[in-house]
Amino acid sequence: MNYPQLLSLAAPETILTLGAFLLLAVDLASPRDWSARLRFRVGGLLACAGCAAVMIWIGMHPGHINAFGGMLVVDPLTQLVKLVLLVLVLFAVLISIESTFTLHPGEYLALILLATVGLMFLVSAEDVLMIFVSLELTSLCLYVLTAFNKCSAKSAEAALKYFLFGGVSAAFTLFGLSLLYGLSGATNLRAIAAGLAGREGDPLLSVALVMTVVGFGFKVAAVPFHLWAPDAYEGAPTPSAALIASGSKLAVFFVFAKVLTLGFAGAEGSGAWHHFARGWTPVIALLAGLSMILGNLVAIVQSGVKRLLAYSAIAHAGCMLLAVMCHSGQSLASLVFYAATYGLTMLGAFGVVVVVESVAGDDKLCSFAGLSRRAPGASFCMLVFMLSLAGIPPLAGFFGKFYVFVAVLKTGAPGLGLFWLVALALAMSAVSFYYYLQVLKQIYAADSPPNAPSIRIPLLLRISLFLLAAGVILLGIAPDLLLGAIERALAAAGMDHA
Amino acid sequence: MLAWTIYSSFIGVLLLMVIPKDNAALARKVAILSALAGLIVAVAGFFQLKPGVMLHISTRSWISSLGAGYHLAADGVSLTLVLLTGLASMAGVLFSWNIQNRTKEFFALYLALIGAVYGVFLSFDLFLLFVFYELAIIPKYFLIAIWGSHRREYGAMKLALYSFIGSAMVLAGLISAYVVSGVHTFDLFVLARQPFPHGFQLWAFPLVFGGFAVLAGLWPFHTWAPAGHVAAPTAASMLLAGVVMKLGAYGCLRVAMTLFPEGLEAWKTPVATLAVVGIVYGGLVALVQRDFKFVIGYSSVSHMGFVLLGLATINTIGLSGAVLQMFSHGIIAGLLFAVVGRMVYERTHTRDLPALEAMGLSKSLPFAAVTFVLAGLASMGLPGFSGFVAELEILLGAWRAFPSIALVTGLGILISVAYMLRAMQKAFFGAVPSPVCHADQPPLEPVSVPERLGAALLLGVALLVGLYPRLLLDVIVPSFDSPLFDWLRKGGGR
Amino acid sequence: MSSLPLLSLITMLPLLAGFGVAGFGVRKKAARSLAFGSSLLTVFLACLLWCRFDNASGDFQFVEYHPWIPAIGANYYVAVDGLGLLMVMLTSIVVPMSILAAWRVERNPSLYHAMVLFLQAGLMGTFTALNFIHWFLFWELSLVPAFFLVRLWGGSRRAPAAARFFIYTMAGSVAMLLSFLGVFYATGKLDFPDLAEMARHGALNSALAAKLGWRLFGQAFTARQMTEFVFGGVLMGFAVKVPMVPFHTWLPAAYAEAPSATTMLLTGVMSKMGLYGFLRILLPLFPEQSRWLRTPLLVLAVVTIVFSACAAFAQRDLKRILAYSSINHLGYCLLGVFALAGAGGTALLPATEKAAALSGVLLQMFNHGLTAAMLFWLVSVLEQRSGGLRGLNDFGGLRKTMPVFCGVTGIALFSSLGLPGLNGFAGEFLIFKGSFPLAMGAVSLAALGLLVTAVFILTLMQRLFHGPLNSKWVRLPDLTRGERLLFALPVGLMFLLGLWPQLLASIVNSTVVRMVGRLPF
Repeated sequence: MNYPQLLSLAAPETILTLGAFLLLAVDLASPRDWSARLRFRVGGLLACAGCAAVMIWIGMHPGHINAFGGMLVVDPLTQLVKLVLLVLVLFAVLISIESTFTLHPGEYLALILLATVGLMFLVSAEDVLMIFVSLELTSLCLYVLTAFNKCSAKSAEAALKYFLFGGVSAAFTLFGLSLLYGLSGATNLRAIAAGLAGREGDPLLSVALVMTVVGFGFKVAAVPFHLWAPDAYEGAPTPSAALIASGSKLAVFFVFAKVLTLGFAGAEGSGAWHHFARGWTPVIALLAGLSMILGNLVAIVQSGVKRLLAYSAIAHAGCMLLAVMCHSGQSLASLVFYAATYGLTMLGAFGVVVVVESVAGDDKLCSFAGLSRRAPGASFCMLVFMLSLAGIPPLAGFFGKFYVFVAVLKTGAPGLGLFWLVALALAMSAVSFYYYLQVLKQIYAADSPPNAPSIRIPLLLRISLFLLAAGVILLGIAPDLLLGAIERALAAAGMDHA
Repeated sequence: MLAWTIYSSFIGVLLLMVIPKDNAALARKVAILSALAGLIVAVAGFFQLKPGVMLHISTRSWISSLGAGYHLAADGVSLTLVLLTGLASMAGVLFSWNIQNRTKEFFALYLALIGAVYGVFLSFDLFLLFVFYELAIIPKYFLIAIWGSHRREYGAMKLALYSFIGSAMVLAGLISAYVVSGVHTFDLFVLARQPFPHGFQLWAFPLVFGGFAVLAGLWPFHTWAPAGHVAAPTAASMLLAGVVMKLGAYGCLRVAMTLFPEGLEAWKTPVATLAVVGIVYGGLVALVQRDFKFVIGYSSVSHMGFVLLGLATINTIGLSGAVLQMFSHGIIAGLLFAVVGRMVYERTHTRDLPALEAMGLSKSLPFAAVTFVLAGLASMGLPGFSGFVAELEILLGAWRAFPSIALVTGLGILISVAYMLRAMQKAFFGAVPSPVCHADQPPLEPVSVPERLGAALLLGVALLVGLYPRLLLDVIVPSFDSPLFDWLRKGGGR
Repeated sequence: MSSLPLLSLITMLPLLAGFGVAGFGVRKKAARSLAFGSSLLTVFLACLLWCRFDNASGDFQFVEYHPWIPAIGANYYVAVDGLGLLMVMLTSIVVPMSILAAWRVERNPSLYHAMVLFLQAGLMGTFTALNFIHWFLFWELSLVPAFFLVRLWGGSRRAPAAARFFIYTMAGSVAMLLSFLGVFYATGKLDFPDLAEMARHGALNSALAAKLGWRLFGQAFTARQMTEFVFGGVLMGFAVKVPMVPFHTWLPAAYAEAPSATTMLLTGVMSKMGLYGFLRILLPLFPEQSRWLRTPLLVLAVVTIVFSACAAFAQRDLKRILAYSSINHLGYCLLGVFALAGAGGTALLPATEKAAALSGVLLQMFNHGLTAAMLFWLVSVLEQRSGGLRGLNDFGGLRKTMPVFCGVTGIALFSSLGLPGLNGFAGEFLIFKGSFPLAMGAVSLAALGLLVTAVFILTLMQRLFHGPLNSKWVRLPDLTRGERLLFALPVGLMFLLGLWPQLLASIVNSTVVRMVGRLPF
């Protein structure tokens, strides 16, 4: 493999990096009398163009290569995930364009793009070193993105918390991964699995597993590693929060699933009722259960929508962990579908929060009162997003959950041993229904405060919201559109019965 | 063609979303045209059905990764309920003619609810059925939360949460059944033929049946019903008590009882016991209510107890009685809520029976008084109205299956006479007030034409079915010959 | 026989007329004229029936049969035999009397007359129907107008009276419904003639015993007990209606609070529904059980007779006195019915006695209906003139101011007492004559009732008509010319039937013979 070949393999990432630098350059070189808003728009346009270009490139160059022993895997599955990731990032950029929280739009957008680069490398990685490096790249960008609102103390506090937690968890991750190297003598996931064979009872393996889980658990905000999430989501500028909630979740979950399924293959164990066996599955099941319970219960008492969305993110992470837990092709497909649609939904929800924040100044529930009268279109979009998160058909969220549950039960069969998890998940989604309805109640049933200013939503934001809502509805009515593509990619990548 | 009941409702929703916000008159016209279209299609479909033959409407594949299909069909039972929905929705629109506040949103939500209900009754793919079933929860919530009265937020949330929990239970059972069966499809006909393991059925049946029964108002999961119905605006109460509760009962029949016959056999006695407790309890509580609408709310719980009892008897006559009672109670409950909510409450602004007693309503609202008397008699099960034949058949079926329970049910009928009589007397025929206190109250506005039309429609149907029940029975009973009802023939049979 | 469905007509006509009247709003003259016209038309139809009726045949005539709801065994089945025809004729006579009595009703007259007509339709339907569901439909439907008549036009305590009336009767009806459901479950039939035929051969009992099994808390009930439960349910339904002590407590209040014109209907015809039920349904379908329970039933009949007579004696309100007197007269009918139900051993009781008792019961039903209606009509006239007063001690010496009125009332009261020459005698006499050999003890005790009846009726007359004239009533007008003409008709009828009871007996003779012949004891 020579350098040009490598470049062509990693062309998507390269294009994006170059795009980021170009953005910085353009922003630096822009005339002084251009307002921040104008620069934001120009930069945003460039960023979108970059993403679009990358998507087209990926679409035109399907590949099936495993380079450098798993450091860069380009196969139909990873390309599909990258495509979805880019769509999410595109919308995140679109949402951020009309923001007013920063005077440095170029840096902001460049950081988004660089974070995306990190995520893309993460998706392609099957080597623990590469995974760690990509994770760090992404995390550093995300820390800064969280701190970007210099006028808000909360933003700085959030970023600091995120950074400290993230740093510690990175250490855990690294330690765990190095233990894995020590135990197996390899850094490629599949080689690790081969090397670990026969070492099931080894306590060091358990330590390695726990450390790895801690590290990844932090990134996805699973209980009990979730403490940074509410503050980060609340304090960060809303578009950053949107990115954290959508794109980074998708990529990290994908890699987490790969690490556990490929790397720890053979040490799964089982979390089924009456058939409990040691392994990483019961651990993940426990995390999933705790996340769903805590996330939903605490969300009930929230009075700020961003915090509410944060706790709901924890709960949804729990649900996605369920999909991770079942190490089958169907569960991986359900995971990708769920994370993708979840990302779209969260982007939309945060987009509506941007609208309300720009009018009322904060994201409290009472600021949403009577929104349906003042901004009917945005309210309807919020209706779609909230109901999708709650799992109401015929929206994408429902189908995502449904498919995850099917995958979970199929894993526990015969005997439906994992039914208890599904029952728990359903009970908790009943709880979640309550607080999503609270938001909708404010929007639709409550009266707007007197003298409430009328709301003008910028065109680009309006279009993004409608597109996202339409996407959620479409994927709910015809989920095969995405799911079929995922399953075909899985089959082509040979992972459909992992 | 029957699928146009669903489509016309949703097209109505779309139309309503685009018309301007303040044009209430146009909104009403769209709504009534849509409801009328649904009713006409339902009636046409009713006559199109050949008794005993399944009417397949659409069989398209939908989600291949799951095996879910867009499978719509109808048999006698579904068509009876589709007809009920058409009638109730039409009457509901007529009784909501005077809504001024956010008219178009009201009718949009109303039509969305109707469309979802039609969908449930016509779906024969379990995934599709569930989608429509859960879709119905949202319009219900908003209808109550925005246009309701007394404690509407509490009532709406309670109703929504209970419904959601019920459907979560159903979902758990459905997915389990799907996984256990091993077939890659949600088609009801295929799944009904699958022999599920006995142990599985023993816990899956109460899960699915219980989930649907929550919406059907089975005691003791009925507590959402009085709160929700009382808080809801009139048209919503009519639809909630009249049709949505039947969604639950229909789900019990079509899904739980069809898929898990052995589970049904094992659990039928507890179900019947709970049903009869609901009949008596609902009646007794209705007897002591101070709020007029609560009387009707609890009477709905009591009447649904009859339906569930009929279902639990597992014989042809009990089952046909249950379906007939679903239809009959739908019409009658709609009528009762219409009188209490629209005719009385919106004019007098009180639902307190002692207060109404002093108003002498039989003089000022004679149409309402007559309508309520007739509806009350029908609700008591007086012969000549549809409720009589239904309750009779249920009693016959119950005697065959659970003789002791049948006797208690007779008591329940008597209690229903008592509370209806009490409500009738207090609300309309109270002591004539002294001229002094009556003179300075502004006269109550007379009953409007849309209200009269709605009342006449519902009363006419109740009488027609009461005097000639073969209209419906000739369609319902032959449908029990289809393979979906094999368990009925193997179980008790005649 | 013409092909005109006379029985359906006679039921539908008042129903349609009722709807017509209800639609007339407040124009009371039109309403009451229409109602009266309809009732006269009904009388005409009844006479038509009488003329076409074949006295020699005791079987059902004017049969109309259409299947209706096969799933529950319901058929549209109407026919009349002598008993049915008698009741139809009674109804058609009493209703015009009632309408005339209510000629001056003030409040919402069109609704009032509509209710009366609906009630007539319900009654006609009950007396002609021969399928349980069909019959039950009209049985229940007649309750509703009666309830409203009491509730809306009654006296000061009408609300509890009406409610109690409705609920008691409903309770009885529910019990009856449950029993008949059991019968349907066991036999698959609900037509009375078919069921009676089965009962004659003992097939009904065996069907009930075979199909109705019941285990309550692990204890199974025997076949005999099950059939007794079914019998009890049906008995309950009729016992409340007649009424039989101790199920009579709804009656005095209802009769007193109802407007007198309505009470005419209640006592004249509605009370006969219960007895009709005993004769048409209870006795033919459940002869064995009637025989088993004969003694307690006879005791209850005697108690009814004696207790109600004593209670009448103790009342101060005219209407209540007459109400209890009503119970008393119906008690004689009950005595006759239960005496028929055989006793002791398998020897057949003498047929002539049974026939006499049964004829007496039927004649008493008709005559009491006429007399009681007449009495309440007169009470209503008195009430109108006195401004609402009807206490026993409110009046006195009315003979001086209203001689004609007192004369007419006297005739009616004597007829009620059972004076020979008036219509009340024949029925009572035949009942006693026929029942005495069949149930000696009971009849002897019942004779007490006759004594007490005489006492209270004579007391009534004395208090009202004789004695010093209260100054309030000095200017009380007597019956007008029109009223005298009106009253002449029923009075004439009373004399006619008193002197020539054969007029009625000829209608019922063959039916009586047939019914007696079919009793297995």
